[in-house]
Amino acid sequence: MSKLRGTGFAAVNYPTGMHLGGDPTQSLVHATTSGNFVVTMSSVDLGQGLKTILAQIAAETLGVPLDTVIVDTGDTDTGPHCTGTFASRTTHRAGNAVIMAAAEARQAMLEVAAEKLEVSVEDLETDGQGNIHVKGVEEKAISVAETAGAAHFELGKTISGRGIFLKTPSPMDPETGESDPDSTQAHACTVAEVEVDTETGNVEVLGFKSAYEVGQQVNPALVKGQIVGGAWMGMGHALQETTAPYYPAIDHAPGDFQSYVMPGAADMPSVECEVLEIASRNGPFGAKGVGEMVTNSPIPAIVNAINNALGVRITRIPVTPEVVLRALDEKAANAT
Amino acid sequence: MASRIVSLKVNGQNEEFIVGALTSLQDILRDTLNYTSVKEGCRQGGCGSCSVIIDGELRLSCLTPVQEVDGSEVTTLEGLNQSNSIAALQQQFIDKYAAQCGFCTPGMMVAIQALLDRNPNPSRDEITEGLAGNICRCTGYLPIIKAVEGVVAEMSGASGD
Ligand code: FES
Ligand code: FES
Repeated sequence: MSKLRGTGFAAVNYPTGMHLGGDPTQSLVHATTSGNFVVTMSSVDLGQGLKTILAQIAAETLGVPLDTVIVDTGDTDTGPHCTGTFASRTTHRAGNAVIMAAAEARQAMLEVAAEKLEVSVEDLETDGQGNIHVKGVEEKAISVAETAGAAHFELGKTISGRGIFLKTPSPMDPETGESDPDSTQAHACTVAEVEVDTETGNVEVLGFKSAYEVGQQVNPALVKGQIVGGAWMGMGHALQETTAPYYPAIDHAPGDFQSYVMPGAADMPSVECEVLEIASRNGPFGAKGVGEMVTNSPIPAIVNAINNALGVRITRIPVTPEVVLRALDEKAANAT
Repeated sequence: MASRIVSLKVNGQNEEFIVGALTSLQDILRDTLNYTSVKEGCRQGGCGSCSVIIDGELRLSCLTPVQEVDGSEVTTLEGLNQSNSIAALQQQFIDKYAAQCGFCTPGMMVAIQALLDRNPNPSRDEITEGLAGNICRCTGYLPIIKAVEGVVAEMSGASGD
């Protein structure tokens, strides 16, 4: 009866996006009468921060202040099509669609401004503060709000744009099994340290040290949020969470939060992480997907650390106290 | 078991209802009074998303029959917000990115307020114990713990980090 420590690591590479008929996402961008911009999407923000990210991308592309962009993801029945929020795809797909739509809307905006200022579109630039001015001549300017007003009430034009991301569909070759399902790959490595109580079978995770290569970060605080939340989810999947504890038998399937146990606030160890930025060629501003792999690397790292501590080879999750104690029994039986 | 008239003081307002024996406080707060910060994560006492303060104590409104708390004073997040006592905590939640989907946030804030009311200077262990009844599926808890530590540091005059 003792407490044994172990260290384990795991590396993953994680695809951004997937097959599904080209995996499309569309976006519509338009200016309101007051010069705000609405980005209409069917992509869903689950709390990962998609609306913030798409507003950033739209504001950057349009050349307008972030707080004048409204992202409307209200209704998948009536909005432009989106395949969905999964496969770590949405920043990449929706972000690319928004860039395309916002670029077209920017062009329309500059055309109206050019007409008002009596200059050519090529001579105009935005200051990101809500103004459009002639390059090098800041006094010769018109605000975005005035431009939108003129488009609506004077010139009879819309300031709007359409965008889509569609990857060339790539059906699987029946001979070789080959296909090209994703658009880019992110990478991760996690080192986990654990302490295993050989009397109770309980595993405590002492700490995570991770490196994540996520392409260009669009929003570093949100990336960090995914990493810390993902470490916790990984811990739950590695040690506790299952809907079928005696799979394939379905006995003792949990039905509520008293029996589907997850790690609590007190179980959370420190999460150290380094984020590496190697821009992807096809992501918005070089972004890759980060949503899911942050849960994938901690799980095998924890199981490897348990195996390292005990000198056993457990290959399924979750590694509950019962699994630990049975593995120790088996090890003892094999030794005699 | 019969329906009865029950009176409560909810967020400073006197309220009276006719309720059945097992009508939960959660249903009255959400559906009758429209205090929608009281969430319904499980209705079984397992998630803490329905946390409220009853006569100074942290309670789960889903497991509380209204008839049993007749005459009590109930505070939801809306009440804490009106009295402005959680402004610092709200700011810390923003600064530390302590909410993602936000579903757990009202219950977390009520639980944290109850913790700070009984212990204005909690240790890390006391903080995690204070959050033990509240599930968060998104944040991994660390940002929430940091937000509480930030408020505590502010209240004791040190810097928020
Ligand atoms: S709804 Fe009351 S504890 Fe979950
Ligand atoms: S922020 Fe989503 S459950 Fe806590």
